[in-house]
Amino acid sequence: MSKIIEISGLSKEYSGRKVVDGLDLEVERGELFGFLGPNGAGKTTTIRILTTLTKPSSGQVLINSTDVAKDPERVKSDFGIVQQHLSLNRDLTIAENLELHARLHHLSPRDRRERISELLDYVELSDYADYLVDDVSGGMKRRAMIARALIHRPKLLFLDEPTVGLDAQTRRRVWDLIRKMSSDGATVFLTTHYIEEAEALCRRVGIIHHGKLIVLGEPLDLRRKLGMIAVEMQTNGNATKYIYFPGRAEASEFIRGLPGTQRVVMRESNLEDVFIELTGQKVLGD
Amino acid sequence: MIAQDAYNILWADLAALKRRWLRYLTTTLISPLLYLVAFGWGLGRGINLNGTSYLEFVVPGIIALTAMTTSFNGAGTRLNVDRLYFRSFDECLMAPIKLHSLLLGKALIGVVRGIFSSVAFLALATLIAPSIHIGPMFLAGLLLTCLTFSFLGVLAALLAKSHEDMGTFGSIILLPMTFLGGTFFSLSQVPTGLKYALYLLPLTHASTWLRAAALNQLLPWPSFLVLLIFLAAFVGGSMIAVRKMSI
Repeated sequence: MSKIIEISGLSKEYSGRKVVDGLDLEVERGELFGFLGPNGAGKTTTIRILTTLTKPSSGQVLINSTDVAKDPERVKSDFGIVQQHLSLNRDLTIAENLELHARLHHLSPRDRRERISELLDYVELSDYADYLVDDVSGGMKRRAMIARALIHRPKLLFLDEPTVGLDAQTRRRVWDLIRKMSSDGATVFLTTHYIEEAEALCRRVGIIHHGKLIVLGEPLDLRRKLGMIAVEMQTNGNATKYIYFPGRAEASEFIRGLPGTQRVVMRESNLEDVFIELTGQKVLGD
Repeated sequence: MIAQDAYNILWADLAALKRRWLRYLTTTLISPLLYLVAFGWGLGRGINLNGTSYLEFVVPGIIALTAMTTSFNGAGTRLNVDRLYFRSFDECLMAPIKLHSLLLGKALIGVVRGIFSSVAFLALATLIAPSIHIGPMFLAGLLLTCLTFSFLGVLAALLAKSHEDMGTFGSIILLPMTFLGGTFFSLSQVPTGLKYALYLLPLTHASTWLRAAALNQLLPWPSFLVLLIFLAAFVGGSMIAVRKMSI
């Protein structure tokens, strides 16, 4: 399988502080890749460099074999992006936002019309096409942003915290859309601080911390390396201590050896446990 | 392709403007009409400047002023809102279009609004001062004024780090220019030192050109040239600012 993203030695400094520090990463065509990290880890800066919005201090980024720094216009035709924040033009209707994007990507008038109708249907917003952005819900806005990102049939989709601020039901709906986009052949590069989101969607994840990629692999493999079973124990200082075991038998044996007064919880480990062990901190929301 | 891309950027604003053109027109005409009533009819009644009534003298100046304000706000404030509030400017930066097409499109938003407001005011003003001459040179000057101040707006919006910055820019640059840019008085009436200082303001040259063209006087070509130089400087500054923003 060929690579659609090739990052080598990527660094970005702001006032002498390295936000991205020597990042090397490759993403395969058709992959649904999760890029995780706490706030300030360098996720958004990396995405901004990949999408031509920020100049790197050093290193190279190839998107679809094209150097982002050398031919940004060609790269811009290859990707679509759903940004973390709402970035629709609020003076326009949902359909007009899509139309503007289609125009900027040089779709013919006929293609524009067909594509807008097709995508509004895809994200179930056909009935809201002529609504101004401010007149629809947060979930609808997010779906409109997804439709907009898809309008020029990009090979690669960047989804930067696509479900932030959405209720659980809408979030699941967006997950379904992401799966649909992936099964339709798009490569998806997803950043999220909802670890369960990455676990539910991504075939492979990378965790970035202090600008460095500290781990890369499939969620299940990462959990296996840590231990499939987690035991949570309350310490004297009311903090929680986590201990990991390969299986339930080993965990049960450990618990049996504890004093009877010790409160413990045994459960399956998850990607967040991997993250906490590696970075020493929980993934916090904005 | 440059023109097509620039038009596509403009298209979004036209779509929004179509929905509220009447409200826009009403609000945009309030200031020039107030200036006209206060200075033209009120303060200036009975004043004669070298054989020209003050009303005829002041109308081209108010048109220059209207073109300046509406173009600057049309391009600058809109871009500032797109960049810092709607945050939709990044979407334009990530579109496969040249940066100069993007800036031209953003500036054209100001030009369209500037011309729209100026022409509406002009239509009202010609009822009051029918001797005003609207010829190709007047329209060329109006277009150049709108373009120049639109690009100034684009430059200010690209440099602004907050909405307050735009307000500060308006207070420090535009407001003094409003009253000192040869709009309401003739530069021949001010001391020589101040006169040369006022020639550093682009609005002075816009007023001078539009007034000469409207009153059928000898055209001050140096003012036209200075406006072109200002335009080139604002375009260049905007390109440098936008290049710093993206790859």
